Amino acid sequence: MIDVPRLEFRHIGKTFPGVRALADVGFRVRAGSVHGLLGENGAGKSTMMKILGGEYIPDEGEVAIDGQPMNFRKAADAIDAGVAVIHQELQYVPELSVMENLLLGRLPTRFGLVDRRKALAWTRQRLDALGVDLDPRAKLKQLSIGQRQMVEIVKAILRDATILALDEPTSSLSHRETDVLFRLVRDLRAQGKAMIYISHRLDEIFELCDAATIFRDGRKVADFDTLEGVTRDTLVERMVGRDIGDIWGYKPREHGDIRLSVKGVSGRAVPQPVSFDVKAGEIVGFFGLVGAGRSEIMRVIYGADRRLTGDVAVDGKPVKASHIRDAIRHGLVLCPEDRKEDGIIGVRSVAENINISARRNHLTAGLFVNDAVEAKTADGFIERLRIRTPHRRQEIRLLSGGNQQKAVLSRWLAEKDLRVLIVDEPTRGIDVGAKNEIYNVLYELAGRGVAVVMISSELPEVLGVSDRVIAMCRGRIVAQFARGEANETNVLAAALPEGASATPTPAE
Amino acid sequence: MTESNAAAIGATRDTPATRRRALLWHVVDDYSLILIFVALFAVLSASVQYFFSWDNMVGLLLSVSQIGMVSCTMMFCLASRDFDLSVGSIVAFAGVFCAIVANATGSVTIGIAASLAAGAFVGFVNGAVIAKLKINALITTLATMEIVRGLAFISSHGQAVGVTNEAFFALGSASVLGLPVPVWVTLACFAVFGVLLNKTIYGRNTLAIGGNPDASRLAGVAVDRVRIAIFLIQGVVAALAGIILASRMTSGQPNAGEGFELNVISACVLGGVSLMGGRASISGVIVGVLIMGTVQNAMSLMNIDAFYQYLVRGTILLIAVLVDQLKNRRQAR
Repeated sequence: MIDVPRLEFRHIGKTFPGVRALADVGFRVRAGSVHGLLGENGAGKSTMMKILGGEYIPDEGEVAIDGQPMNFRKAADAIDAGVAVIHQELQYVPELSVMENLLLGRLPTRFGLVDRRKALAWTRQRLDALGVDLDPRAKLKQLSIGQRQMVEIVKAILRDATILALDEPTSSLSHRETDVLFRLVRDLRAQGKAMIYISHRLDEIFELCDAATIFRDGRKVADFDTLEGVTRDTLVERMVGRDIGDIWGYKPREHGDIRLSVKGVSGRAVPQPVSFDVKAGEIVGFFGLVGAGRSEIMRVIYGADRRLTGDVAVDGKPVKASHIRDAIRHGLVLCPEDRKEDGIIGVRSVAENINISARRNHLTAGLFVNDAVEAKTADGFIERLRIRTPHRRQEIRLLSGGNQQKAVLSRWLAEKDLRVLIVDEPTRGIDVGAKNEIYNVLYELAGRGVAVVMISSELPEVLGVSDRVIAMCRGRIVAQFARGEANETNVLAAALPEGASATPTPAE
Repeated sequence: MTESNAAAIGATRDTPATRRRALLWHVVDDYSLILIFVALFAVLSASVQYFFSWDNMVGLLLSVSQIGMVSCTMMFCLASRDFDLSVGSIVAFAGVFCAIVANATGSVTIGIAASLAAGAFVGFVNGAVIAKLKINALITTLATMEIVRGLAFISSHGQAVGVTNEAFFALGSASVLGLPVPVWVTLACFAVFGVLLNKTIYGRNTLAIGGNPDASRLAGVAVDRVRIAIFLIQGVVAALAGIILASRMTSGQPNAGEGFELNVISACVLGGVSLMGGRASISGVIVGVLIMGTVQNAMSLMNIDAFYQYLVRGTILLIAVLVDQLKNRRQAR
């Protein structure tokens, strides 16, 4: 019925110094539809979204709304045209409440003072209308990452945007939050909004999207007007440009003796004692809702947060409580959940990020950093893990998420006596190809006898990669499944709190 | 867009010409400060009488020797994303304390040792409060700046404390191979701290902490220990600067080194040390110190009123920070 699409990208080109980010890319988004945008990290999706949001000005081509060419020169132009782009990097004020964030810049006033009662009533009403369960008075910093994301989305909706782009909205949402989001998106579609939906989770694309476009290396490689009859494999193949086969690539391994033993460990955020073992060569997947206490207990085991009770031992040797360096000396290491905050040191080079810990083992005269060895180590990992970087001296913040993750992994692979590797959400926000590469690293380590603990909120990943699955709920281990026994239904059922409709506990 | 495809796409598009241009920019970026200094130096040598003479060069170096020494440790402090305002007060107190102890014991050595120990103690307190009690560095060192300045005035009764033992004056005035001792000490500091920053775990960890303290801790860096060490060493070097200054002035003066901390921080920032932490280079700091000294020296030679020197120093600092910002913005794209 509509010949003129609500939103059209026409021959967009964008070049950054030395990088052709987009080349002659165009696609159309109909009103009342959800349009999936797929591609590996670095394929150009985010650049396209920044052009849509007025943050970048394209070198070639134009964005058209209802057939009218738009010339966004700044973000405000796009907002005025009814465009809302919700980025992966959220933009909110952590010290302010949900209400204040939603009403930022237009709080109702009374005699020049903020009319809190009016603002509160308004916010409550809007949140209820959208079916979003949030306390308007909670400060953003008190909310889980998923809840913060929800606030962002609500903010865009409240601006009456007619075109909405969501860049990886579910990467840190719990199942329940994802359900709420999906319902919202469907409501908005019914209201005739045009939506772009970026996600690495293909299930979501199939569940939510009416049409899809695939980017690769800054070019459009495929357009699907409908996703009916399109298979998952087709999408993956077009994204990656090669057939990667079974994305898990799991092969059974021999397991040895108990490597990591955790007995009665508790911390401030996980007050109930937790116990479990991991054998040499075993990959144990930890599944649970956001806030189930998985990351928290791992941080206590590693020594990043204070251990209040319990014992941690590697190969029978006790690891000192709350002492990261002792854990590292025992070969027990952690790749943290929040790569940017806790993993990488952004302004330092890839080589520095890789060598920061292991360098203590190869000092010259016991004092001086051995640059030659470190360069070799860094280049070795860059090649082995296929870290895409121009050179080892590149600041790591300029790399894509997947490549940053590989560098953080390399930091621990460089430890000469690695025994236990804990990885927290190792593939969050990472494209399919890089995921596959990271799984292979885990398999290789396990094959060498390393005990691997993997936390993930993606159930298929946990099931696909782990030898054993442990489900956590509200700070407790509630169930364990051997690889053969675990399936989506029983693991998810175990991880859900009593009375499946109950809200997940908020993250500490 | 992320960098991951820079290699993939860039490779097909990079012509030799664009690559050469990029490389040239890189060189200009890296050495812009040195180029500016060389240009400044050349212009002054050609236009200002007596500027390019051996005596004036030695005088210039001597005039920046105190700032030079402490800039080395301030570089570490800023690189770890911290701040230290107490160095000026430590300079004053160290001079006074050294003079008092030397007079009381009759031994210059004991005076110097006691003074250095006092500097170390103040630095340790700074570091421990900041690292362990998690109190903001600006506030902590503002407090110790006041306290230590107070101690300098109290212990000296507000008067300059003359040193009776003449051996003490050699430290500030003796010459070795044509250069005064303070200049040698400063050169030694540049060498030692340059090596510490670039070639030791201590230096690399300092930069890592400045880049991201949480990630550094999780990577096994002893963050608290490094931060305390940074402040402790800074206390010792500031005390050393204070002792040498007292020796040059033949007395410990409680009002010495006022505004010194800001000059030192200015020199570091001018030298490209990032206040956001994680970026620092010894060559930058050296050039920063030299630019500050050169401008001051030239203005004195040109008989420009000392009051204007504040104006010029401030302006140079502002320009340096702006240039740095622009550079960062381009790198961040």
